[in-house]
Amino acid sequence: MTTTGILLLAILILGFLITFQIAKASEYVSVLKGEKKAFEQNNRINAFLMVVFLVLGLVGVWWCNKMLYPKTLMPYPAASEHGKNIDTMLMITIAITGIVFVITQVLLFWFAFKYQHSEKRTAFYYPHNNKLEVLWTTVPAIALCVLVGFGLFYWFRMTGDAPENAMQVEITGKQFGWIYRYPGKDNTFGKKYYRNIDEATGNQLGLLWTDTTIIKKDRDNNPVGEAKLKADPAGFDDLVDNTAMYLVKGVPVKLIINSRDVIHDVGLPHFRLKMDAVPGTPTTMWFTPQYTTEEMKKITNNPKFEYEISCDQMCGNGHYSMRGVIKVVTPEEFILWKAKMKPAYAIAFPAPEAAKPAADSTGAAAGVKDTLKTVASSHK
Amino acid sequence: MSNEALHGHPEVVTTHDVHHDEHHVHHHKETFITKYVFSQDHKMIAKQFLITGMVWGILGGLMSVLFRLQLGYPDQTFPWLEDILGRWAKGGKISAENYYALVTMHGTVLVFFVLTGGLSGTFANFLIPLQIGARDMASPFMNMLSYWFFFGASVVMVSSLFIQTGPFSGGWTAYPPLSALGDASPGSKTGMDLWIVAMAMFVVSSLLGGLNYISTVLNMRTKGMAMTRMPLTMWALFFTAVLGVLSFPVLLSGFILLLFDRHGGTSFYLSDIYITATKQALPNEGGSAILYQHLFWFLGHPEVYIILLPAMGMASEIISINARKPIFGYMAMVGSIFAITILAFLVWAHHMFVTGLNPFLGSVFVLLTLLIAVPSAIKVFNWLTTIWKANIRFTPGMMFALGFVSLFISGGLTGIFLGNSTLDIHLHDTYFVIAHFHIVMGVSAFFGMFAGVYHWFPKMYGRFLNNTMAYIHFWVTLAGAYLIFWPMHYEGLAGMPRRYLDYSGWESFKHFAELNKFISTVAMIVFAVQLMFLFNFFYSIFKGRKVTTQNPWGATTLEWTTPIRPGHGNWPGEIPEVHRWAYDYSKDGRDFIPQTEPIGPNESKH
Repeated sequence: MTTTGILLLAILILGFLITFQIAKASEYVSVLKGEKKAFEQNNRINAFLMVVFLVLGLVGVWWCNKMLYPKTLMPYPAASEHGKNIDTMLMITIAITGIVFVITQVLLFWFAFKYQHSEKRTAFYYPHNNKLEVLWTTVPAIALCVLVGFGLFYWFRMTGDAPENAMQVEITGKQFGWIYRYPGKDNTFGKKYYRNIDEATGNQLGLLWTDTTIIKKDRDNNPVGEAKLKADPAGFDDLVDNTAMYLVKGVPVKLIINSRDVIHDVGLPHFRLKMDAVPGTPTTMWFTPQYTTEEMKKITNNPKFEYEISCDQMCGNGHYSMRGVIKVVTPEEFILWKAKMKPAYAIAFPAPEAAKPAADSTGAAAGVKDTLKTVASSHK
Repeated sequence: MSNEALHGHPEVVTTHDVHHDEHHVHHHKETFITKYVFSQDHKMIAKQFLITGMVWGILGGLMSVLFRLQLGYPDQTFPWLEDILGRWAKGGKISAENYYALVTMHGTVLVFFVLTGGLSGTFANFLIPLQIGARDMASPFMNMLSYWFFFGASVVMVSSLFIQTGPFSGGWTAYPPLSALGDASPGSKTGMDLWIVAMAMFVVSSLLGGLNYISTVLNMRTKGMAMTRMPLTMWALFFTAVLGVLSFPVLLSGFILLLFDRHGGTSFYLSDIYITATKQALPNEGGSAILYQHLFWFLGHPEVYIILLPAMGMASEIISINARKPIFGYMAMVGSIFAITILAFLVWAHHMFVTGLNPFLGSVFVLLTLLIAVPSAIKVFNWLTTIWKANIRFTPGMMFALGFVSLFISGGLTGIFLGNSTLDIHLHDTYFVIAHFHIVMGVSAFFGMFAGVYHWFPKMYGRFLNNTMAYIHFWVTLAGAYLIFWPMHYEGLAGMPRRYLDYSGWESFKHFAELNKFISTVAMIVFAVQLMFLFNFFYSIFKGRKVTTQNPWGATTLEWTTPIRPGHGNWPGEIPEVHRWAYDYSKDGRDFIPQTEPIGPNESKH
């Protein structure tokens, strides 16, 4: 064992010995003092500590808030409209629960102090009072109705259908990273099949680029059937990327969420949203980014600011490092970025088919421009 | 502090006197094996549950210290750790694989083996026959089996720590596909099978125990012990057993299907999976990983109350005894327990707001979830009214019971945030959740358990625990719990995800490094104080101050009418008859009136 280890162990043992000796001594002292006296003294001390704990606790809560509130996301505006609703809801809930917290904790510790044992007093025989019980059944019920009401109002706003012309992005979780897909000019995602995934050819999502017959195999690798898959041209111009998700400020986005292996979770703390990525069961969520990444750098006064995507569902050993990035940009920046991107199909089949997807790529940019125009006008 | 000096009327008639101590009812001749190992005496089984639970508690706590070390000091290595832990801390650092295994085992053992098995197993076994006036459980043999299944489950779970691939490391909820696929994670191999087997044995133990508790309470109450005269601890333990019996089988079925998916080639939970590590598309199609979550949380949410209800019951009783006042609103308290039991079955999907649940269904679960706050609020206000105008004796049991109320309020209120889907969509799986459930069903349940141990230790072992150590234990644990978990709410508000072993690569979370260090340091201090409690416990069994009267706390309930250390059968002669409820404290100028005392002709009604 190293010196630090020995030292730590020695401190622990010493601490125990001292505490034990104090504890034993206090027992002897109570015997000498008389048990009643010792009890009264202990009772007084603990009653006093109850009120000390209350005061220090409330000061501690205030101090903790002062220290840590600036480190939360709350001092800055939420990066999505949904997020603003959530912040409002959070404040309503903090206000209501905060009042209840302070009142009940003060009563608990104050009563403990005030009604400490005294030979002179007899406890008040008070087994029930129907009026009081009705009162504290109805008051919490009303308070909860308020919270449920506000909560559901915002909930249905958030979980309603995305605007028809919302931009669509597919995000797929895998151990341990994210794959982003955007439709091309046709604004339609191409079909995919997980058995068609082939990372060697760059087909991370199993897009149906060619007519294929897939031999289905069981766990022991025995063939159990086959799947005949027809190529889906809608996928020829799909953009697939692993580096960052590009979104446009002010343009609603509908995320189509998938997983390739285990359950992941798309956590978007700045947008105040999250949704599980479940293999075989796509989920969706939508929101409208409010600030570009550059704007958020200024708002947060942090030149390194990034919108990060966390994986919030335990997915294996690399779970903690499953970091994604969202770049919220202006429509012009988005068009430029998209124009530079090559469809995954074009990357996988550079020649002679390359000419077609390349053209698609440029066309995709034009398509996006049209989409953005439509979206912008519909959101005016 | 003198415990025996506490009750104002030591001369009050109780059923038995001290000199009857030796007159135990002997059911049969006992050997060492039948008395201490395969005992059928509910009190011995209770002690077995308690001590096994304590061993698990220390192991589970130690695991948290180890992973908090990683969280607090992610850049540092601790060579001495390797000396102690060997491959678990190679190079003085806990690897990702081991970190996740520790987190998983910590959650599993503390939720199931300590706060379920340890808490209910101990107090249901110890108190049910004693408080309702029965010689033993309805089926002592089944009761014994219940412990040995629990012990067997513990052995299997512990053994997973020593296999080459280590224990399961996918989190205590064991969501498939991670838990269903051996290739999904290093910790999903044999360790996962052992985890399932251990949990299945644990469920069997819970069912054997639960059925026994229910049938004992329903059938074996002594004369006069109407259900409405039962102490609140009995009501709580009764409904806890009902919850367990109705929900654990669903969990077991979930585990069996999981086992089929792992080894039987089925696809209950599996669909469309491509494993990157092996570059392989799996044959499963059509299953639903969400199905498991429904099955899991159908037990998982009642589990919160399986843990909390016994603590609530015991705290109610201990507060009443030491406040020297009847518990306020007895019937409302019983009604609240009943309402919580019913609602506990109807709220499971609030754990699944972000799984893609239909929003309308989500809204129903919001309503039902927040509804459960009403009976919880009733309980809190009734506890507060019970200590209003009381005459409080700060026994260690009372301190922990009051601490329980404080923590229950704090943790319960944050539950309102998470039960509301709008907020959950932001806070789900962040440190806010960690803070919430650790306060409400971790620490507060532990406080209920400690309250119970301090309060009934004299009845268990005929000795007192050392009070000074108890007070240190209480104050450090209470302050420590708040110092550890309160700041975590802020981490949650920043969206910091749980189950990350290193946040240094994240721009959004790395500024909490100092706070994490602080939390880890406090966690170690709190753990050290639990070791002190452990020492106090075992030292006091042999060397603690002896109890010299039957009823040291001046309580009304039946267990204090038995001899100081009751033998098998509990009462040497006839089982006493009950004439009143359990909360006649400070009535008609008397400090307390035992349940065995007939109602006097001039006695006031309550």
